[in-house]
Amino acid sequence: MNIDWTHFTPWTSLAGGILVGLAAAALILLNGRVLGVSGILGGLLPPRAGDAGWRIAFLLGVFSAPLAYGWLAPESLVRAPRIDAGDALLVVAGLLVGVGTRYGSGCTSGHGVCGLSRLSPRSLVATLCFMTAGFLVVGAVRHLL
Amino acid sequence: MPRIIEFLVGLLFGLGLLLSGMADPAKVLGFLDLFGAWDPSLAFVMAGAIAVGFFAFTLAKQRTTSFFGDALHLPKATQIDRRLVLGNLIFGAGWGLAGFCPGPALVSMASGQPKAALFVTAMVAGMLIHGWAERTPARPTPTAR
Repeated sequence: MNIDWTHFTPWTSLAGGILVGLAAAALILLNGRVLGVSGILGGLLPPRAGDAGWRIAFLLGVFSAPLAYGWLAPESLVRAPRIDAGDALLVVAGLLVGVGTRYGSGCTSGHGVCGLSRLSPRSLVATLCFMTAGFLVVGAVRHLL
Repeated sequence: MPRIIEFLVGLLFGLGLLLSGMADPAKVLGFLDLFGAWDPSLAFVMAGAIAVGFFAFTLAKQRTTSFFGDALHLPKATQIDRRLVLGNLIFGAGWGLAGFCPGPALVSMASGQPKAALFVTAMVAGMLIHGWAERTPARPTPTAR
């Protein structure tokens, strides 16, 4: 293992993480809900009466973020995402993420941020599983195939 | 609880993802490339988010309602089972293939990336397939003769 110093961004990543943590804090303390994106989205498939409004409001906020970020952030911190995967790979990956997050009851935000924040052993196992799988898949794709 | 707050929470979350680098699949894959040139930045996202989230969830666990008087929906499941492990391994594999997890994929889609929209479409299809499979009763296992 060697560190990729040229792409290393500890401060903006830490600051972004703090914003994510503040959002998770606000949702549990103000609304009583765990900020887990796969759960919030999955709970709309199908939507249930009385339970859909807060999910839709949250997702509309997420969708507004790129526009707001373009206004707020200094130009040096605005970058277009680089998506190297081809269309077929994106479809396979999307299906796996959709099925896996619902079957495993969470994703990076629900298990990785909120679950670890509340010291849940279940979310610790979940996080170790998705991290390990991610490391192994990228290792295999980049260094074995 | 006013819907505007959930909207603002979603917005804050999305801004955090954009600032942190989580919404850039190339950055995510650099973080998952433990066996190559490793970019550890995204560990700082997790650290920042959990540093804030820990206090929020510690406070939440001591309460029965949110600040607005809504019920606190803290996860009750504690079992570490096949669903949790297998689901998160599947999710992690998909994450490693494309570099998208659910939140950042929604943000990238909203920033006008057609490839992110393709990923999100497949992800939602995966969630629907999971929901359909859960509702379909398993076929009775053939009895041993």
